[in-house]
Amino acid sequence: MRRISVDGLIVYFPYDYIYPEQYAYMLELKRGLDARGHCLLEMPSGTGKTVTLLSLIVAYMLQNPLKITKLIYCSRTVPEIEKVIEELKNLIEYYEKEDGVKPKLVGLVLSSRKNMCIHPEISREREGKIVDGRCHSLTASYIRERHNYDESTPVCSFYEGFDLEGREQIVPAGIYSLDDLKEYGRDRNWCPYFLARFTILQAHIVVYSYHYLLDPKIAETVSKELSKTSVVVFDEAHNIDNVCIDSMSVKINKRIVEKSTANIQILEKTVAEMREDDVNKLKEEYSRLVEGLKGAQTARETDIILSNPILPDEVLQEVVPGNIRNAEHFVGFLKRFVEYLKTRLRVQHVMQESPAGFLRDIQSKVCIERKPLKFCAERLASLLRTMEISDVTDFSPLILVTHLATLVSTYTKGFTIIVEPFDDKTPTVLNPILHFSCLDCSIAMKPIFDRFQSVIITSGTLSPLDMYPKILDFHPVIMSSFTMTLARPCLLPMIVAKGNDQVAISSKFETREDVAVIRNYGQLLVEFSAAVPDGLVCFFTSYSYMESVVAAWYDQGVVDQLQRHKLLFIETQDSAETSLALMNYIKACENGRGAVLLSVARGKVSEGVDFDHHLGRAVLMFGIPYVYTQSRILKARLEYLRDQFQIRENDFLTFDAMRHAAQCVGRAIRGKTDYGIMVFADKRFSRADKRSKLPKWIQEHLTDSLCNLSTEEAIQISKRWLRQMAQPFTREDQLGLSLLTREQLEKEEASKFEKQAQQN
Amino acid sequence: MTTSSEDVLMQVGQVRYKKGDGTLYVMNERIAWMLDNRDTVSVSHKYADIKLQKISPEGKAKIQLQVVLHDGSSSTFHFVNRNGQEAQIKDRDDVKELLQQLLPKFKRKVNKELEEKNRMLQENPTLLQLYRDLVITQVISSEEFWAQHAAEYTQAKKGQRQDIGVNGAFLADIKPQTDGCNGLKYNLTVDIIECIFKTYPAVKKKHVENVPQKMSESDFWTKFFQSHYFHRDRINAGTKDLFTECAKIDDQELKKDIQSGISDPLVDISSFEDKSIDENYGTGSGKADKASGNIVHQSMIKRFNQHSIMVLKASTANTSQDTSQLHLNGTTTLSTTKSEATNQIEDRAKAKKRRIQEKLVYDDLDTSCDLNAKTTAPLNLSHIDRYLHGPVPGSGSAEATNEELQVTLTQLRREASNWVNGNHVPRHATTSLVSPAAAVSALGELTPGGALMKGFREDSLGQLIPKDLEKELRNMYMCTCELLRHFWKSFPPNTPQLEEKAVRMHEALHRFHSARLKPFEDRVQREFSAVSQHLTSHLNQLLNTAYRKFGVWQQRKLQMR
Repeated sequence: MRRISVDGLIVYFPYDYIYPEQYAYMLELKRGLDARGHCLLEMPSGTGKTVTLLSLIVAYMLQNPLKITKLIYCSRTVPEIEKVIEELKNLIEYYEKEDGVKPKLVGLVLSSRKNMCIHPEISREREGKIVDGRCHSLTASYIRERHNYDESTPVCSFYEGFDLEGREQIVPAGIYSLDDLKEYGRDRNWCPYFLARFTILQAHIVVYSYHYLLDPKIAETVSKELSKTSVVVFDEAHNIDNVCIDSMSVKINKRIVEKSTANIQILEKTVAEMREDDVNKLKEEYSRLVEGLKGAQTARETDIILSNPILPDEVLQEVVPGNIRNAEHFVGFLKRFVEYLKTRLRVQHVMQESPAGFLRDIQSKVCIERKPLKFCAERLASLLRTMEISDVTDFSPLILVTHLATLVSTYTKGFTIIVEPFDDKTPTVLNPILHFSCLDCSIAMKPIFDRFQSVIITSGTLSPLDMYPKILDFHPVIMSSFTMTLARPCLLPMIVAKGNDQVAISSKFETREDVAVIRNYGQLLVEFSAAVPDGLVCFFTSYSYMESVVAAWYDQGVVDQLQRHKLLFIETQDSAETSLALMNYIKACENGRGAVLLSVARGKVSEGVDFDHHLGRAVLMFGIPYVYTQSRILKARLEYLRDQFQIRENDFLTFDAMRHAAQCVGRAIRGKTDYGIMVFADKRFSRADKRSKLPKWIQEHLTDSLCNLSTEEAIQISKRWLRQMAQPFTREDQLGLSLLTREQLEKEEASKFEKQAQQN
Repeated sequence: MTTSSEDVLMQVGQVRYKKGDGTLYVMNERIAWMLDNRDTVSVSHKYADIKLQKISPEGKAKIQLQVVLHDGSSSTFHFVNRNGQEAQIKDRDDVKELLQQLLPKFKRKVNKELEEKNRMLQENPTLLQLYRDLVITQVISSEEFWAQHAAEYTQAKKGQRQDIGVNGAFLADIKPQTDGCNGLKYNLTVDIIECIFKTYPAVKKKHVENVPQKMSESDFWTKFFQSHYFHRDRINAGTKDLFTECAKIDDQELKKDIQSGISDPLVDISSFEDKSIDENYGTGSGKADKASGNIVHQSMIKRFNQHSIMVLKASTANTSQDTSQLHLNGTTTLSTTKSEATNQIEDRAKAKKRRIQEKLVYDDLDTSCDLNAKTTAPLNLSHIDRYLHGPVPGSGSAEATNEELQVTLTQLRREASNWVNGNHVPRHATTSLVSPAAAVSALGELTPGGALMKGFREDSLGQLIPKDLEKELRNMYMCTCELLRHFWKSFPPNTPQLEEKAVRMHEALHRFHSARLKPFEDRVQREFSAVSQHLTSHLNQLLNTAYRKFGVWQQRKLQMR
């Protein structure tokens, strides 16, 4: 392919052929970058989204070095991130091969310490939190200071090495994956994690997880100094609203309160000790607080840091209020706050109130004002630094509480407080939880949209597209959905509405436990497992439903029938166990035995594991994966969406269910040479409001004749289709239709293809 | 002839063999039969050659005992004691008992090879047929047969034997049946027991430990089916039974697997998340809901996974030997030296990278990877015809590639244009070659019954001869061809070995001719006189050609001298 011209921009595309939709995608993306605006692009999974994005943006960066200085590529899971960096590596290698010189770009990946640590002992820990804590206990500034006069204090030699030399040197141009960074670090005796954190400031391409940008707690330390002329890509962004909400929400239970009480006691003791030993330190801190957070404010004014929604602007402009400046006073203040929370948890019935109501109550009950609360998180951080606490993870409960304090006093809109005395499923067990829940996902997104010139939100399943600008509250300049041009109908979506006995099948609440429905689901699965080769994946609407269905199937003998055809694997809530089951599932598919995987929509498998080619020849979606609608947090959010954005409750629920359903069934198609059956086993799928919310590329294959099938009909159709798909499929079949050479592209057909592929 | 050193352990008179009365001798190393009033043994079988003995079922008029030899032949002895049936049965049973004691002693001595050969014959029907036609009729000797004619089969045997995996539903096949009085009956077959042992090594261990010292086979399995181990919804780990330990061992095995880590980064979902913040942040609304808390269901699901994993392990046990070795290394890094550890890290990184790269490549976008030329494991089938004659026959016609089609098309076009131009074959485009009337009459003559079809028999042979005769004929052809193949292989006989072989094969052909073909021809002559000549004429022709060749060669050899 060498070079293709996309609207005047020369793009190096590292393959010999190109899909028409990739070209159309590039055109749209280029327009969006030119306009320096935000984009919302949906392109089917398996059409090479990542390589398209990377090759266009890298070309754009190289040719307009002043317009775009940095690409920040965010993805969801660690394997996804590693895939992106490998694609990028291939692309850069391609540049080198074509031009003979390596482009002067530095690209790297940033991940948590757990994935980057090379310390011989710490890196052996499996738990992320423990790695963080142990790392902190070796690298905190006061620890290192202490090491200066006391050799016996252990420090991390890799961090010391990095601190000594690393900051002076610029990392040579190239693309660094996690393993490359580790190797680089090992060679020089530098800590790869801190090296990466340091280097993202000068790197041209940064690949990391959503949280590093979206979660204010992490973004604060990692991403705040990224330049405005950056392009931010959110890949697999269909769930971005939930990530935003999660990053701004806090829940407090009894254990947290107890632990923070213990934390406060330790703090109290340490402060008292320090008062006796080293008064100066506390005095220093006090005067620092008097000066306020001026430094941070100037930084924000000069627009070099990302604003942090947790650290609101007012906090920066004002000094820390007098009543919590003194360490003892602050500890007392915290004590009162925690005591107050304790009383709030002592409820017998569900309570819901706004942050304003909470503040009023706290004012009247324990005389805590709003202003000091706002500074709570900052104040604690400062105190912990002063106290030279070695392992901050011990204090995480207290930090959580102060975060709650700051959040609740900062945001009066878009949040709610719900106190539940017990879990809905176990109403007899007292387990009070205070949810401080974010209802508005745009709050976390706002600084990002404001800060960066182009934010690109893309995924295989973003339909219906108009929902995202509403809930994220932004105005995209480009909004497009692309379909998959296909030389053969390689996906077969079907809606199975009834079993062989004509009983309607549906997972709706009234019928889901019906024996006939469960039996029909079992029948469907058994017949498909007999007809479909290799791998077969099923998704249930929830764990509990899956458990009860599997139990019923065992009693009905469905499981035995199933085992005659294929091996059975089931997702569990233990992710290590599930991983093992998955690995064996793949093994069973690979050695020709064939296997069935029962899994859960919204579960980890549905979000992060691909079932390409023989690993997933058919996906069965048992029921519509509605979120648990009785949850009060969800109800509050729905209410908020209705009031603020005029989104009807049902519209949002269906939208949410359908995007998860599409995610699940989309797992099976990972390319144009791949093929797979998608079975939506619920009567309700055939209703227009559900069907129309599926992505375009699935919808256009879901003809009316495939919408109201019985099990038997579905099997018949599948058998015929599978036989057709098993025929040899060559490149020549695709060429000109769903695959283009450069010549074909240049033959002015570009515009035609673009129109074809673009639906909106 | 019985040598004096052989003690006669038993002597039974009045035993009929092939319509002659005689005496049966059961001796130290063999069984022999001598016709009355003779002093030579006419039947003698060494015990080592005897595969098994059969007796006629009770209630049958003839009281018989048959010894079957390893080469498939057998001898039947009919006990005809004049004192009536009871005495006959007694005679027979005495012999049987004694043989029963004697035979196992010699069983050990039975050549491994023999069993192997026997199995091979059973697995290959064509080979068995050849064996029957050539060896049993003594056309060629047994050794020669195995050395020469069955060589390809023996060679194929040396290749990898395919292990049969374990059926995933084998436990479901043990359908419990109620026996009418509050009991359950489980049907266990050897296969199922084999499956259970393969899949659950812990049960096998228990079996070895307990059977037969502590309990009987059936007791063991009764206990097995009663145990909670067998029932999937086993929750009460507290109850003591024989198999509680097995469940524990299984669990430990599983735990070990989990701890050894997931080598494939793409499925290791526990390390998908790239954040390490407290679980108390977030609403948890987007996540899948909480567990139902139904421990019974959960443990059942766990069992299903475990069962599938173990089934899979059972069938890949041999091949995964070395990988499990690797895993072991992984868990004992403490003892390995540092260089080894780093090596391992590098290996892991490389494997990970390879795996990711694999997932990245869009093979239809890249010219360098051919879509259809994927290297897959070759299919190794033992019964190819069974595979080919599956439910979908004949759809496997080879797809012509585009290029081939193109080439054929252009050729056709050229051909067609030649017809019109008439320059390829000189033709008279305007005048026809043959007048229509002449053509019709020629066709008429060419149809059966016409003048030109005088020598033709209207009905084809295929319709005349019955199925079994056809089969026999086919066997005849097969044997002839096999022999001829070896005969012709020895030409030109330029080494002494080949010369010898030619002579031997020539003899074999003659023997075959007289022992098999002649009787066959005679029979056909007798029973199906209509087709007699036609059926075997070709066979005879084949043989005669060989004889002629041999004759010419012999003559030459004589002249050379």
